[in-house]
Amino acid sequence: MTVIQYVVLGAALFAIGVYGLLVRRNLVLILLSVELMLAAVNLNLVAFESLLATSEALGQVFAIFVITVAAAEVGIGLAIVIMIFRNRQSANADELTLMRW
Amino acid sequence: MTFEAWITQPVNWAFLAIGLVTLASGFGVVAARNVVHAALFLVGTMGGIAALFLLLSAEFVAWALVLIYVGAVIILLLFGIMITRAPTGIDPALSGEQRVLPAILALALFGLITWSSFEAFGASELSLVGEATATDLLGEMLVTRFVIPFEVVGFVLLGALVGGITIARRDLTPLEEEQRGAV
Repeated sequence: MTVIQYVVLGAALFAIGVYGLLVRRNLVLILLSVELMLAAVNLNLVAFESLLATSEALGQVFAIFVITVAAAEVGIGLAIVIMIFRNRQSANADELTLMRW
Repeated sequence: MTFEAWITQPVNWAFLAIGLVTLASGFGVVAARNVVHAALFLVGTMGGIAALFLLLSAEFVAWALVLIYVGAVIILLLFGIMITRAPTGIDPALSGEQRVLPAILALALFGLITWSSFEAFGASELSLVGEATATDLLGEMLVTRFVIPFEVVGFVLLGALVGGITIARRDLTPLEEEQRGAV
C-alpha cells in the first residue's frame, strides 16, 4: 500500500466536490458538495497520519476536528438556506440576485 | 513500485473496490437529478471513506465518520431538502447550464494535486502495522495537547447550535403575538 493511492483518491473526490460546487444551482446540493470536499481532506489527513505514524496520532485528531467543524457548518448552512427559502421562496443560488445590479 | 507488484497485495484489491464505489457515489452526489438520491449517494461516499479509514487502521475516526455523517448530517440535509424542495422528484434544473468550464477546472485541479503529490510522495510506502490506533491515545491527545482546540471546537458547536436556532426560527407576526397574548 502506498500513500499516493489515497492522495489521488482524495484529490479525485475533492475535484468532484469542486465540480458540484460550481455546477449545482440548489443551495442544499452545494452544501452536499462542500461535505464531499471536506471528506476528501479527511482522507488525506488520515492517510498522511498512516505514513508519518506520529506517536500522537495527530492526523486523526485533526480529522476529528474537521468532522466536528463540518457538522457545525452544515447546521448553520441549512439554517441560512431555510431562512433564504422562507424569504424568497427559492433555494437556487442563481436566483439570489438581490445584491447585484 | 510497479503496478504488477502493487496489484498482488490483497489489501490493494480492497482499496480498489472501495475506492471505485466511493468515486462512483461521489459522482452520484454531483450528477444525480433527484435531490434525495444525491443525499443518499453521499451516504455511500461516506461509507466508502469510513471503510478506507479502517484500511488505514484509523478505527475511531471511521466510526465517528459513520455516526456523524450517516447518522446526523445526512438526516439534517434530507430535512433541509424536504423543507425547501417538496415535492421531490427528478428535476433537470438542479444544475446550471454551464458544465464545461467547471469540469475543466475540476480536472485541472485534480491533475495539479496528483502531479505535485506524485513528485513529493511517489515512492512512499505505508507501513502496515496491522494494529488499530488506540482510541485511548486519541482521547488522551484531545484532553492534553489539544485541549484548547477541543474547547474552541466545543464553543463553535455551541455557537452553531444557538445560531442555527436563531436564524431558522420564524418570528411571530404582530397579529400572532397578539393572539398568543390573548390565550
